[in-house]
Order: sequence, then structure tokens, then C-alpha cells
Amino acid sequence: MQHESAIREPLILGKKSYHQITEDIVRPIEGKASKYWYILLTISIVCFLWGISCLAYTIGTGIGVWGSNNGVDWAFDITNFVWWIGIGHAGTLISAVLLLFRQKWRMAINRAAEAMTIFAVMCAAVFVLLHTGRPWLDYWLFPLPNQFGSLWVNFNSPLMWDVFAVSTYFSVSLVFWYTGLVPDFAMIRDRATKPWAKKFYSLLSFGWGGSARHWSRFEEVSLVLAGLSTPLVFSVHSIVSMDFATSVVPGWHTTIFPPYFVAGAVFSGFAMVLTLLLIVRKIYGLESYITVKHVEYMNIIIIVTGSIVGVAYLTELFISWYSGVEYEQYAFLNRATGPYWWAYASMMTCNVVSPQLFWSKKLRTNLAFTFVMSIVVNIGMWFERFVIIVPTLCRTFVPSTWNMYSPTFVDWGIYTGTIGMFFTFFLLFTRYFPVIAQAELKSIVKSSGQEYKEKYAAESGHAAHH
Amino acid sequence: MSKSIIHAIFDDEEPLMATAKTLGSKGIHVKDVFSPFPIHGLDAIIGVPRTRIAICAFLYGITGTTLATLMMWYMMIHDWPTDVGGKPSFAYYMNVPAFIPITFESTVLCAAHGMVITYYLRCWMLPGVKAKNPDPRTTDDKFLMVIETKEENKANIESMLKGGGASEVHFK
Repeated sequence: MQHESAIREPLILGKKSYHQITEDIVRPIEGKASKYWYILLTISIVCFLWGISCLAYTIGTGIGVWGSNNGVDWAFDITNFVWWIGIGHAGTLISAVLLLFRQKWRMAINRAAEAMTIFAVMCAAVFVLLHTGRPWLDYWLFPLPNQFGSLWVNFNSPLMWDVFAVSTYFSVSLVFWYTGLVPDFAMIRDRATKPWAKKFYSLLSFGWGGSARHWSRFEEVSLVLAGLSTPLVFSVHSIVSMDFATSVVPGWHTTIFPPYFVAGAVFSGFAMVLTLLLIVRKIYGLESYITVKHVEYMNIIIIVTGSIVGVAYLTELFISWYSGVEYEQYAFLNRATGPYWWAYASMMTCNVVSPQLFWSKKLRTNLAFTFVMSIVVNIGMWFERFVIIVPTLCRTFVPSTWNMYSPTFVDWGIYTGTIGMFFTFFLLFTRYFPVIAQAELKSIVKSSGQEYKEKYAAESGHAAHH
Repeated sequence: MSKSIIHAIFDDEEPLMATAKTLGSKGIHVKDVFSPFPIHGLDAIIGVPRTRIAICAFLYGITGTTLATLMMWYMMIHDWPTDVGGKPSFAYYMNVPAFIPITFESTVLCAAHGMVITYYLRCWMLPGVKAKNPDPRTTDDKFLMVIETKEENKANIESMLKGGGASEVHFK
């Protein structure tokens, strides 16, 4: 039996037997949904439907209904795309990178974080598919033969790399998530009493039985998928950043973009994981599994990535001044002091200043404060993408093309719609799928559970006296 | 000689491992173990060979690399070379930096999906397949050991299992 240092705080609180873990994880699925769940779901569905109507209006009329114009041809669409896809990154980071580093605290949060990834990438996809203007021709993004009316797609273009990166990312994340879910579906199947539930979970669990050979393959598959997803997740946001960085627009044409975007993605993603899990642990009573220690670990990652993002902002400013290129210098001056200065100021406050408050242990272990901060960070990261796109495009090389941008109700509607879609899917997930990877948790209860740790500490302390 | 199958149920993985070890030292082969979570160290005791699925992933991966390389060479260099933004497509090696991202994505795509499909097929896990665990409690908190043995050894093995801490022993 593997033992863990007594100094490490337990990851599972209280006395938990294997059976107790099962009971705690299936409670939200087998029990009745709470009033809060129905209220949240109703709000989400209303937003989702409003989004669908705005989407239909856009497709029916054309993207002229958006606020985008001749100068600012990328605006809310790409801002929201980058924002959503960035949020997705934390899920993969938790399930893949932390698996490779053998971080046991990932086990309580990886399932929900991966679900978040998948739903966030779906929201991101809405914007890329729609911003082409004629979404019914989106299949032209794939390398189809010339008879379709166009030449081959241009593989030199980062926008093409994006198509491959995002679709690979989505599909690989989906199978990674599902493969992990299969043993947990089998657990629910084996205790289901209602016939429809038995049927539903039998179908989902693919006949999983948990034999030694299958577990051995399961672990190898998880490890290799983690190894593949780790470079994948870094490549995806690097490629997203190259959509900007390989252009010659002042303010975009910078080599710092790939690492800066990846850090920002992880930063915003962890904030979203916190927003979701702080609600989930409260509503479903999972406080013994998603502990204050878990929240603290995530807040530490927020300080680290928030600081990287801060350093990136300052480096960008320095380099634009140091380059001696007046267009470059003006681009940054315009971001900070131009017509959209308020967006820049919000970005700096939310992303650079506020996460530094987490240096205080009192604040980073305070759940209410963390919840507020997680939302502040995501607002900040949304403004970051807005600042990169809109103020840059509204004042490029030729002053006669300068143009202001303001979103229309359709822009807001589709954005609200994706938030509604995200929460609708997430709420359904928490109701019908196991939100915590219980099989994995059972494997660490003896090394990281409070009861076992205390017992072991008492035994070894006793032995030391003799 | 008729074969007999024994199902022994344990409440914890530690006595199961110890019992499997004792049985192994007496030359009795444990056919399989069904558990709610992976038990580390069990594979060596009951003789489960290391899975080769990672090798499959590697092979699928290099297939992906090759396919992407061939596709981009054919479309961009051979079939219809274009000159976008003063960057002509003369030869594959000249354009290869721009092809690296998609080559990488394609490698990951093929490696991941190839491996996962192989995993589901090799374990024969598909929608609609009947549950493989002999006792539904093994996905909750029980550990089930399967032993295949000759009729006359049954009593001997039963006493060893009971002595090792098995809470239930069933003969099939």
C-alpha cells in the first residue's frame, strides 16, 4: 500500500468507504433534482433559445445584422470564439497535464472540467461556423476536390490550421472524457432499479465489467491520451494566436502571442472551473471531495497564469516602444488611451491586479471571495480578447479607414445564447452523468483519504515512540 | 475431467492481493479479477501481460503523419501549386514549416482515435453489449476473483480463499 506524507492535506474528507463514495456520487443522479437546478436550467434554456433566434436571424438575413463593419471585420464573433476555446483549455490541462504529473487532486475535478471543455468548444464552434457568412458552405473548410468550385484549401494559412486543431481537439477531448466515464456509467447501471435508467446506463457503459485486463488497458489508454492531449492543448491555442500573429496588422504581429494565449487560456479556464465547481459542490453536497484544498490549488494556478499574462502585457508594451515602429507604438497607445480605454483598463484590473490578491492565504481559501474572483477573471479575459481585436482593427494604417464598433442586439444575443447553451448542457451533465470520477477516487482513498491518513499518522507516531 | 469455476468475493483489495499471491505460490492460477477501480500491482501477481495498446497508438500516429504529409504534398505542391501572398509552392521541403501544425494535428488525431477504437474493440465494449461483470456489486465496493480449477481441488481452494479473507465463495 502506498503511503503519502502526513504533511499533505487529505483530498477526501471524513470517513469514506468505497460504498460511501458510490452513494455520494450517485445521489444527484438517483435523487430528485433540487429547486435551484430547475431554476438555473430554466434561465439557461431561455438564454439558449434567445441565442438560437438570433442565430436564425443572422443566417436568414446575413451577417450584416452584426455590428461588424468594413474596418472592424472581426469583432464579437472572434472575441467570443477565442474566449470560449480558451475556457476549454483548463479541462484538458487538469485531465492530461496533471495526470502526467501524477497530481491526485485532479481526480475530484477532472470529470466536470473535461465536460466544461467539451461544451466550451461547442460554443466556440458556433462562432467560427457562423462568422464565415454563409455557414451552409462551411464544408468548404475541409480539403475537398476542385470540382466543389474552389481550389484546394490553403494549408499555409493559420485559419486552416485552426480547422484541423479545433476539430482534433474537440474529438480527442470527447473520447478522453467518454472513456473515463464508461466505468462510472457501469457503476450506475449495476445499481439502477428503474428500467429506463438501467437501459440508458447499460447503453452508455458499453458492457464494462472492470476485469483486470480491461483496467490495465484502461490505464494505458488514459496515460497515452494524456500524453497526446498535452501537446495538443498547447498547439490549439498557439494556433489560435497565430490567426493574429501571422498577419501584418500592428498590435497583432508579435511573436509573444502563442505562449501568452496559452497562459491566458489556462487562466480563464481555471476561473470557469472554479465558478462551476463551487456551485456544484454546494448544490450536490460534494464538500468532502471538492475540498477547500482543491480550491486553493486552483487559485495558485490562477496566480501563476495570471502573472504570466501580466508579464506578457508589459512585454508587449515594452517591445512596441522599443521596436521604434510608429504604427506598432500607436496600436498600443490606442489600446490604452484611445476610445476603448475602458476595455483596456478593465482587462488590466481584472487579469493583472486582482489575481495577485490570492497571494493572501486567507483570501485564496475563502470560497465566496474565490467565486467572485472567478467571475472577475473571466470578465477580464473576455476584455483581453476584445482589446486585441476591436481597438486594433478600428484604427489600422490608414486613418480614412478608421471606424468605431458597437455590438448590435444580435451580437449580444448570440453571445448570451452560447452562455445559455453552455449552462444547459452543464446542468444536464451534472444531473445525469457522474460529476466526479468515482473509480479513480476509490483508488486514492487509502493514500489520500482523511481517515486513513490519520490512522497511518497515529500508527507511525506510535511506532516512533518505541 | 470436468472443470469448475470459483467466484470469490472480497470486501477489500489488500486481502485479495495477498490471497492471489498465496494461490499463485501453490500453482493455482487466478483467471481474472473484477474490481471497482484499477488495483496497482495485481497484474504481475495474476499474470496479466502488459498491454501493447501504446504500440498501436504509435503505429496509428505515424500513419497520421504520413497521410497528412502525402495530402499536403499532393494538394499544395503537386496537383495545383498556388502563389498566395508572394509565397509560391515550389517544393515540399520549402513549404514544410507551414505544414508542421497540420501534420502534428493529424498525428494526434489518428493516434488517439485509432487507439481508442482498438481499445473498445479489443475489450469488446460497444453500445448494447451485456455487462461483463459476473456480480453487479463489483462496480461498487466488492472485488471478485475468478478461478478455474479441477473438480477435486475445490475444497482445498475454498479453504484457502476463506482463510485469506474472502467474504463469499460461489461455485459455478
